[in-house]
Amino acid sequence: MIAETDLPPWAAILVSLCMLGGAAITLIGAIGLMRFKRFYDRVHAPTLGATIGTGLILIGSMICFSVLETRPILHEILIGVFTTITTPVTLILLVRAALYRDRVEKNDVPIDE
Amino acid sequence: MKRIMPYPLMSLALLAIWVLLNNSVTPAVLASGVLLSFLAPLAYGALERPRVIVGNVVSIVRLLAIVLFDITRSNFAVGTIILAGRRRERVSGFVQIPLTMTDPNGLAILAVIITSTPGTLWVQYDSRRQKMLLHVLDLVEPEYWVTLIKDRYERRLMEIFE
Repeated sequence: MIAETDLPPWAAILVSLCMLGGAAITLIGAIGLMRFKRFYDRVHAPTLGATIGTGLILIGSMICFSVLETRPILHEILIGVFTTITTPVTLILLVRAALYRDRVEKNDVPIDE
Repeated sequence: MKRIMPYPLMSLALLAIWVLLNNSVTPAVLASGVLLSFLAPLAYGALERPRVIVGNVVSIVRLLAIVLFDITRSNFAVGTIILAGRRRERVSGFVQIPLTMTDPNGLAILAVIITSTPGTLWVQYDSRRQKMLLHVLDLVEPEYWVTLIKDRYERRLMEIFE
């Protein structure tokens, strides 16, 4: 289906910019995950990859396959929607678990009144 | 009308998802999509669920634009913090935010917005005291975050859900 056709230069440049941009932002998020010291700080870092990182890669994918197949290929939008809805659920669960543990161990976190 | 299509918005969303999944708008895809968007909401209707009243579309689009803008801006803010490393003094911490909104759908959307935005994190919500606990990566002024959450998001969500 996508065998012999090549991307025209303008699309190739646009797609690579999106891909590299998305990958770079995801990498920065991963570096943050390593660099931050407290658990609650660390949870903030991966959201870079989950938002703009994923977004740019999906836009690149949409442009690439829409140009190659000369019709709009937009099912990446669904990946974006479902990532946005599900990632916060995981993060909130992790933070609640950490908070519960910190309260049991009487660490420096706001108490449950 | 109400009996054949109890949730028109949900039917529309299902049809859109179906068309996107198939990546085409051929008659066969449309026909199966329409069938699906009629049947699935009927099954949903058999469940016990909170009634969702969604306000006007204009405020939904406006909120969406604001959230997209804020997420982009926060990506750069948090990216800068990560790359600056220890060269930059930074204090992170928790902030208590009193909420007026009680609608569970609105609160769920608020939790998703806050957590998706890099730099802010929804930690927990106390429905009895109507207070939300927020974690902020770069906490300068707690008051700033209270006004931000309340004026920028909560007020607009209440327009949509109440």
